[in-house]
Amino acid sequence: MPDLKRTAAIVGIHEHVTRYAPDKSELQIQGESVIKALEDAGLAKQDVDGLLTASSSSRNSGLALADYLNMYPSYVDNTTVGGGSFEFHLSHCLNAIAAGRMNCAVITYSSLARSGGVSVGTGGVGRFGHPRLEPSPDSFEELYGLTTVGLYAMIAQRHMHLYGTTSEQLAEIAVAVRHHASMNPEALFRNPITVEDVVNSRMISAPLHLPDCCVITDGGGAVVVASAEVVRNCRHTPVWVLGAGEAVAHQGAGKRDLQYIAARQSHGPAFEMAGVTHDDIDMAMIYDSFTITVLETLEDLGFCEKGEGGDFVSGGRLKVGGELPINTDGGGLSSNHPGMRGIFLLMEATRQLRHEFEGTPRQVPNCNIALCHGTGGALGTRHSGGTAILGRD
Amino acid sequence: MTTWNKPLPTVSGETRPFWDACRRGQLLIQKCDRCGEFQFYPRGICANCWSEDIRWVTASGKGTVWTYTVTYQNRTPGFAEDVPYVLALVELEEGVRMFTNIVECPPRDVSIGMPVEVTFVQANNQISVPYFKPAG
Ligand SMILES: [Zn+2]
Repeated sequence: MPDLKRTAAIVGIHEHVTRYAPDKSELQIQGESVIKALEDAGLAKQDVDGLLTASSSSRNSGLALADYLNMYPSYVDNTTVGGGSFEFHLSHCLNAIAAGRMNCAVITYSSLARSGGVSVGTGGVGRFGHPRLEPSPDSFEELYGLTTVGLYAMIAQRHMHLYGTTSEQLAEIAVAVRHHASMNPEALFRNPITVEDVVNSRMISAPLHLPDCCVITDGGGAVVVASAEVVRNCRHTPVWVLGAGEAVAHQGAGKRDLQYIAARQSHGPAFEMAGVTHDDIDMAMIYDSFTITVLETLEDLGFCEKGEGGDFVSGGRLKVGGELPINTDGGGLSSNHPGMRGIFLLMEATRQLRHEFEGTPRQVPNCNIALCHGTGGALGTRHSGGTAILGRD
Repeated sequence: MTTWNKPLPTVSGETRPFWDACRRGQLLIQKCDRCGEFQFYPRGICANCWSEDIRWVTASGKGTVWTYTVTYQNRTPGFAEDVPYVLALVELEEGVRMFTNIVECPPRDVSIGMPVEVTFVQANNQISVPYFKPAG
């Protein structure tokens, strides 16, 4: 494997702080974010020659976005594999920069999931009226009332059956992430919660309660990724892409063990490329569509053995000050989740690696290496997993 | 027959034998003549060895609950008024899993590993939908 370390770095970020923006268009949120992310980097429009975005509609595809921004990139990537698309984008930026295909890219995303009334988790296929189902696989699935929550709940149910994992252990994840949200003034929910609060709340799809599920917000943002040469002209200390890996997982023609997720395949190449071990990871941004997503991801990334996730997430390990702080921005469970959330994982890891919160309780002490893992789609049907390992000099 | 308010499958050339068989009360899966593997959902090739030598076989219709969830919220018409219902993955005796609902059984009585068998509910003149109920 060629050594791509210190080939590409995140040099600019901007999270659009809106959680509700009925008067804006998605393209507008992306445009505003791109401008501010470039400001953050100390770069300008003419420096950008790559454009990456994820979209479930052609409305804000890479093509529509290039039109809106009036730019002519030499590298366009519209990879859309669910919420974790942006970890794939970062991986592709590394490749394209290493190959000399581009020097500076923006990754951007926006969604009006909340003001648009998109019931992402519990809407089911027919929330806007019954659509014509695809002959397969939809016609073999949607007849039975699948919901996004349900497809994760089924994996949680079997995890509990096989390993004795409890609702209280899943709740520990929601509690730790809410604790972090309480330190983020932009987070949607900031009031601290307890394990009891979680397990006594409304059941959405057993065994997942309401606080086991991510919030639904509007939002968006942009991340600027630059070559080593461009990095020298930037304002902030670079956050290097040390390693990346990507994978998909599905039902395997009815036979794959769904208890194992894409992270199991994607993390190996990322760690190998980065030349680091699990002990080197100072903090992790773990896609938290649901608490079970975090538990499964930590296991399949290899932070603990399969089945030991329940113990691993308990006892404060996931909070700042613990052994493996995660989602220090409050995550999708408490801060924001506009349809897809993977781009925010890259932003918070960058803030932590820049030591942006130095002197406050949100800063992970001595944060030099961070891991981001995005999961998109649904664990019960088909999903993607992208791992990125980031580091500062 | 009451009005069917849930989604209906779209039948294509690739999947028509499955839905025709459902109307007759039979559950079909596919088997590859080259590698011998079963597969589900149905498709035009063998997903395992990438041969085109696949044929339809009648499954026993018996299996066990591999996992499930009791769904309390779904905004889709047909399900919104059906909550709580049991969404499940059933592992057939032949070794492939399929999505289904567990019916004729209170949600609290469903468990992983529970033996179940197929039952068909007629949605209209063309479509009967396979569900699973506790094995008799
Ligand atoms: Zn075969």
